[in-house]
Amino acid sequence: MKLLVRNGRVIDPATGTDAVQDVLVQDGTIAVTGARLERGAVEGTEVLDAAGLVVCPGLIDIHVHLREPGYEYKETIRTGTRAAAAGGFTAVCAMANTDPVNDNRAVTDYVLAKARAEASVRVYPIGAVTRGLAGKELAELAELAEAGCVAFSDDGRAVMNAELYRRAMEYTLPFGCPVISHAEDTTLSHGASMNEGTVSTELGLKGAPAAAEDTMVARDILLAELTGAHVHIAHLSTAGAVRLVREAKARGVRVTAEAAPHHLVLTDEAVRGYDPNTKMNPPLRSRRDVEALVEGLADGTVDCVATDHAPHALAEKEGEYDRAANGIVGLETAVSLLLDRLVRPGLLDLPTLVARMSTGPARLLNLPGGTLAPGAPADITLLDPGREVTVDPSRFESRSRNTPFGGWRLRGAPAATIVGGKLVWRAAAEGEASR
Amino acid sequence: MAWKRKDLLTIQELDPAEITLVIDTAASLREIGGREIKKVPTLRGKTIVNLFYEPSTRTRTSFEIAGKWLSADVINFAASTSSIGKGETLLDTARNIEAMSPDVVVVRHSSAGAAEMLARHLRCGVVNAGDGAHEHPTQALLDLLTIRERKGHLDGLQVAIVGDIAHSRVARSNIHGMRKLGMTVTVAGPPTLIPPHVQEFGVKVSHRLEDAIRDVDVIMMLRLQQERMTAGLIPSLREYSRYWGLTLDRLRASARADVLIMHPGPVNRGVELSPEVADGPYSVILEQTGNGVAVRMAVLFLLAGTRVAQEAA
Repeated sequence: MKLLVRNGRVIDPATGTDAVQDVLVQDGTIAVTGARLERGAVEGTEVLDAAGLVVCPGLIDIHVHLREPGYEYKETIRTGTRAAAAGGFTAVCAMANTDPVNDNRAVTDYVLAKARAEASVRVYPIGAVTRGLAGKELAELAELAEAGCVAFSDDGRAVMNAELYRRAMEYTLPFGCPVISHAEDTTLSHGASMNEGTVSTELGLKGAPAAAEDTMVARDILLAELTGAHVHIAHLSTAGAVRLVREAKARGVRVTAEAAPHHLVLTDEAVRGYDPNTKMNPPLRSRRDVEALVEGLADGTVDCVATDHAPHALAEKEGEYDRAANGIVGLETAVSLLLDRLVRPGLLDLPTLVARMSTGPARLLNLPGGTLAPGAPADITLLDPGREVTVDPSRFESRSRNTPFGGWRLRGAPAATIVGGKLVWRAAAEGEASR
Repeated sequence: MAWKRKDLLTIQELDPAEITLVIDTAASLREIGGREIKKVPTLRGKTIVNLFYEPSTRTRTSFEIAGKWLSADVINFAASTSSIGKGETLLDTARNIEAMSPDVVVVRHSSAGAAEMLARHLRCGVVNAGDGAHEHPTQALLDLLTIRERKGHLDGLQVAIVGDIAHSRVARSNIHGMRKLGMTVTVAGPPTLIPPHVQEFGVKVSHRLEDAIRDVDVIMMLRLQQERMTAGLIPSLREYSRYWGLTLDRLRASARADVLIMHPGPVNRGVELSPEVADGPYSVILEQTGNGVAVRMAVLFLLAGTRVAQEAA
């Protein structure tokens, strides 16, 4: 089976390609990427016209809450990966805070079996660091790695016990899987429902200071230095944390970091009005933090974008702000937000965005993909930088609708998603009801 | 000018003319409380629901009396006696209450933004009777009325607000109201009880009681909640009252002879206020309580009256 993606602007940061080319796919892998490949298209080759579109290696979101098992009313592996496909993602990493927690092989096996049967995109589980995310004892990390976990994280909670975290880093060294840190000193942030600053004072909501994140990022950098482990900082959100990661990288510490789209485009000003869809952890920060984060994403201090896709049911996100659940869905808005708010104003160029959403995350977790070089899996995302979309949560593929971006008009959107050579999602054509 | 709002949620959103309108209206309604028969027919046939999720005697009673003097039917929902205790969400409770067609819902809740959320979902008028550490607009309005009566004007007056500013909705509402009406505000307390970046609201910050109260026209003392000690914000009540308690000696040594002492209540006697100050000649605490009824009559009258005008139109 062959597929020819013709005449698109091929951007492949892994090979330094940025040119109008064709991509020929055969048997689920990239056969060749180059100019005028019609000759290779034998009879029966499916042709996808990508003129005017960007063709890039499939986007990978390494921070997604698929909620299954246990919270199927929020999201399932089926709906979450459909949302991923509709957002241009060809692979997602599933966080461990399910019920039961993914802290043992049986849960990992279950997630992978469900994914094989129902997922639209590739699913890579992330195992818990500690049993039940309780922060007390190590989970069976070796068996989790063997079962297919690509990283370890208690995401949603910080492992406050520094010694235990040190041991987790040491123990997992042989597996080549990073520990992903939810960096939050909860003794500084407990009870908070937004960022500490002028807006929290105005609104009378308890704020978490940036220092709650910075102190933990600093600790984890020092532990990475002590152990030689690779620590990846999840959802970096403060100027101070960007500075700490930049300094640590310059020193040669094995630390990497991700940033979520909402932290790159919104500030804590958005909390005015008390819409619980502006509540997440870490919280929306100040203008200064957002600027530092964008700068860090551009200069590579921040290695990748990850959405922290966190679906919640309406009832968990419509009540009192301080009692509402943390987090928002992100898979179906990430590309449009970043194209419109970062690429269009020139804060980030398109090849760098592709690098941060595909090549970068693939390298971080040693995942297949992240390139269109021959032999790579044929995971391909097509983007339409000119397409205008209006975010309409009622049309999300995700089971949940908790987004602060409803009604936003954005220029730039995913056009099609190809996983293993198979077209798994395609944008509705002009004139049809848009997503 | 005429009142145009469906709800009263914050002082921050009001312009100076609106604040003055409420205070003027309250001043004109106050005489009802002095009548032999304390009842006017203004809100006859109107239903007012008090929805209180936090214990409150003063504010709830004040709204209740205000509504009754205006001949409205007033119904109290309190946490202990209704389905609030049965796990029903705030929004569900409110929607059920709305299905009974009230004209105004008065809400007190421990979550900041709760009143604003209700106002978004309900067609009837909503009065914020205190939402977490956010705002308590009717308290600020009655404070302003009390000060204006005593001083004859508000513009140019200097005020010190002393104590737990960080957790105080009374402080926030008063800061906004006083600044809008041309008053100078100093907030004072130990740094752990001063909220971050409060200077950006146009107030001065002091960490010494004697400095804060020097030459001011009004001293507003705030209640110190016992739980601030367990949260590590102050070492002990003893130390707090030693440095931040307003005693007669301290008052005579530093404050003006015509200073007004205010407190939103209930007072922790011997903590933030010594008894002789609370009951002394400078204190206008009981006048505040009395003016509270007048201000709430004004607010209910303006909100329900606005609805009448809108329904006619």
